[in-house]
Amino acid sequence: MRYAAHTDDDLREMLEAIGLDSLDDLFAQIPASVRLDRELDLPAGVSEPEILTDLMSLAARNRSADDLVCFAGGGAYDHYVPAVVWALAGRSEFYTAYTPYQPELSQGVLQALFEYQSMICELTALDVSNASLYDGSTALAEAVNLARATPERGRVLVSEGVDPRHVETLRTFGRGGGYEPEPFALQGGRGGHPQVGDDVACVVVQHPNVYGNLEPVRELFGAAHDGGALAIEVFDPLSLGILAPPGELGADIAVAEGQSLGNHLNFGGPYLGVIATRLDHVRRLPGRIVGETVDVDGRTGYVLTLQAREQHIRREKATSNICTNQSLMAIAAAIHLAWLGPEGLRQLGARCAAKAAYAAEALSQVPGVEMLFPGAPFLKEFALRLPVPAEQVRDALVERGYLAGVPLPDAGGRGLLVAVTERRTREEIDGFARELKAVLA
Amino acid sequence: MSDAIGAPVRRQGPPGPRTLRDLSRKGRRAWSLPPLDVPSVAVPQEHARARPPALPEVAERDLVSHFTRLSQSNYGVDTGIYPLGSCSMKYNPKIGESVAALPGFTRLHPLQPEETVQGTLELLWRLERALCEITGMARATLQPPAGACGELTGLLIMRRHHTERGDPRVMVAIPDSSHGTNPASVRLAGYQALHIPTDARGLVDVSALEKLVDDRVAGLMLTNPNTLGLFEEEIEQITRVIHDAGGLVYYDGANLNAILGRCRPGDMGFDIVHINTHKTFATPHGGGGPGAGPVGVTEVLAPHLPVPVVERDPQTGVFRLDTDRPRSIGRMHGFHGNIGILVRAYAYVFLHGRDGLREVAERAVLNANYLAERIKDVFPLAFPDARPMHEFVSTAAPLKDATGIRAMDVAKRVIDLGFHPSTVYFPLIVEEAMMVEPTETESKDSLDAFADALRQAAAEAHTDPDLLHDAPTSTPVRRLDEALAARHLKLRW
Repeated sequence: MRYAAHTDDDLREMLEAIGLDSLDDLFAQIPASVRLDRELDLPAGVSEPEILTDLMSLAARNRSADDLVCFAGGGAYDHYVPAVVWALAGRSEFYTAYTPYQPELSQGVLQALFEYQSMICELTALDVSNASLYDGSTALAEAVNLARATPERGRVLVSEGVDPRHVETLRTFGRGGGYEPEPFALQGGRGGHPQVGDDVACVVVQHPNVYGNLEPVRELFGAAHDGGALAIEVFDPLSLGILAPPGELGADIAVAEGQSLGNHLNFGGPYLGVIATRLDHVRRLPGRIVGETVDVDGRTGYVLTLQAREQHIRREKATSNICTNQSLMAIAAAIHLAWLGPEGLRQLGARCAAKAAYAAEALSQVPGVEMLFPGAPFLKEFALRLPVPAEQVRDALVERGYLAGVPLPDAGGRGLLVAVTERRTREEIDGFARELKAVLA
Repeated sequence: MSDAIGAPVRRQGPPGPRTLRDLSRKGRRAWSLPPLDVPSVAVPQEHARARPPALPEVAERDLVSHFTRLSQSNYGVDTGIYPLGSCSMKYNPKIGESVAALPGFTRLHPLQPEETVQGTLELLWRLERALCEITGMARATLQPPAGACGELTGLLIMRRHHTERGDPRVMVAIPDSSHGTNPASVRLAGYQALHIPTDARGLVDVSALEKLVDDRVAGLMLTNPNTLGLFEEEIEQITRVIHDAGGLVYYDGANLNAILGRCRPGDMGFDIVHINTHKTFATPHGGGGPGAGPVGVTEVLAPHLPVPVVERDPQTGVFRLDTDRPRSIGRMHGFHGNIGILVRAYAYVFLHGRDGLREVAERAVLNANYLAERIKDVFPLAFPDARPMHEFVSTAAPLKDATGIRAMDVAKRVIDLGFHPSTVYFPLIVEEAMMVEPTETESKDSLDAFADALRQAAAEAHTDPDLLHDAPTSTPVRRLDEALAARHLKLRW
């Protein structure tokens, strides 16, 4: 037992104080019939250097984005994580704290989350944000739950441009919630015509969409509002330096996968579920919310607020079951956004867009390769049509040092989604095009 | 709506803390981006942002100072004892941070080809096997990103089980002492909550359970030790009652840390188990998250686990992600869950091993019993007849009757004495509840110091009650007006 600090004398004195003879006596109330009469079938404990060796050897069996040039996206992106982000979010007063139930001892976490909420509101041009959800997919499920406020309006229309992993998650949550997400088709890789009847709760649009294409969001949300439904936008946080924000496009609720806000790729998690909405919906917003108040001396401070929405007060009437969330990731996001500032965010978005445009041009000049949706506007990610199955190409490019992108089921499995972040250089893009040409030759 | 965002809050006295917005100066910057080495492009007008977001403009040096100061106004486990009952705030070994930060783990894209992530897949597979052995389950998913999401996962598995058998049910039973996530998860899974009373011993009232449970009940959710820190001695009878009615029994793993290596949920008759990695396996809680909520199930329920599941080819030893599972409930997370947390949990499990995990439970239970003994004459146990396990519930009701001092006042005074207080006012069924969980990583000296602080506070309630009414006075802010925060919503700058 490596992290308990009991000496033999301590153990003896403590047992004596409680009137027991042995540690086994502490477990006497467990019926003999359910006691484990053997040791767990696990290895014996090891030292720290040994566990480090074990984990280093496992890590060495992965090929990371330091080793492979990463053009993979689809919700997780190889953006640069500034050194300062985890130097600060990694301070142990933050990461070893619990949920701030005692606000006087938790002003650091509370203020950091308040600042996160503030910056998410600025970013999205919406009124309120919470202090985080698990990830983009579960954030969408929570947004849909928020939108389904009345039984008469229960249907959920989802653009086919929404990430399929978001939709699968929504479908799973829908089995408990009593709905089935209903897709509406794209036309030429974007847009479509949602049929918004008076039984529809919400229309979900992702922008940029699953192919990287920019959506006619105002038009789609106009249709949602004309039918009396709420508009939910799935957005990309780091694009909002250059793209019009959800609040200006008519979104009532905006959700995002916040991985790119200061989080490493981490093979899918921990990431960050971002949600923001209009003030009208604040009492149905799930999760922790930090509010400003004053103490008995009139000094400004921060507390968890509107707790009457939450499971620990409302139990089965709560707006969600969420308890533990992704607070530390929200703190990281706040640091990252402050590091960027308005100009850094704009320049970051512009660099991604320029490099993606250059890459799309270079890759679609490879013989047999073309854009899957020619003419559709895109930002940092785009879809190619390959002459052979995309998985095959992707695997072949791994051998040549590239994570080529994410295979799409479209075009008979010949679609490939390519993401280009600010980290990719012209040389890397040219190299990718050269190797793609070689693989397809 | 009467809510006014940014409504002025009446401020008197000293100035408030500086925010990033206060630090912002036009033109100041911290960002650093690689050069634009390709031609720039314009965003189509209809999509372009007209006005930049009003993010703060700060230098990196200011950013560091700001967040460093914020961190210094926060209490963490690294600061000292953090005895929040039901939260298991134990010391988080630093080795977990070291291994989770290895670029071979952090720099992996979730949609990389399986051949390029064999190390991580093997880690997840080994961890799944270990968690199954610890809980007595057949298979597990590591996907749920927190315990509450694990609860929903387990309940959707329960739902799928009954639906497939053509026997959909409408209710899930939960004890009245349960954590709030249980009833909230029950509702999200499409069930109604059926409340089971606690008896005078602090245990499930089995005769009430027998009367309440019938074929409308899909299952029971239970922690064991329960939310009062007591072991449900009639657990086999409880699980039998549910099984006889055709239901399944769900183990809420909030208190699994108390029984590691001593007994297993599977052997008690549980069908579904979730684990909170931050409670049982010391992954740091992050000031509110991230967590991880793996869910183990019996063989018969394994086909319903979320996709993807990690499988190992027994011939080649190659690991893959299996998504072709038609009886699965679907996906509970966009990708594979909170992998970085699972790496830390793996390190903890295998560092401790079979012997170390058993000692974790022993020391956790010893510490709770010792601390209870040290304070029970001033803060009596709410259920004095049963021996507590890893945590205990005391009550400040006698103190309140004698002095008017409440559990919250005691908690605030304990802050001034240098400690994080226990959970107060939970479980809801105990008046003036003080729920204390010291965890195994506190030394006897630490427990003695905390007990002394509680005893001092109780004594002061008689001699100098203003010390408690006015507490805390040593913190950056004193008692905060929560009603004002909810009435005048100010949720952003």
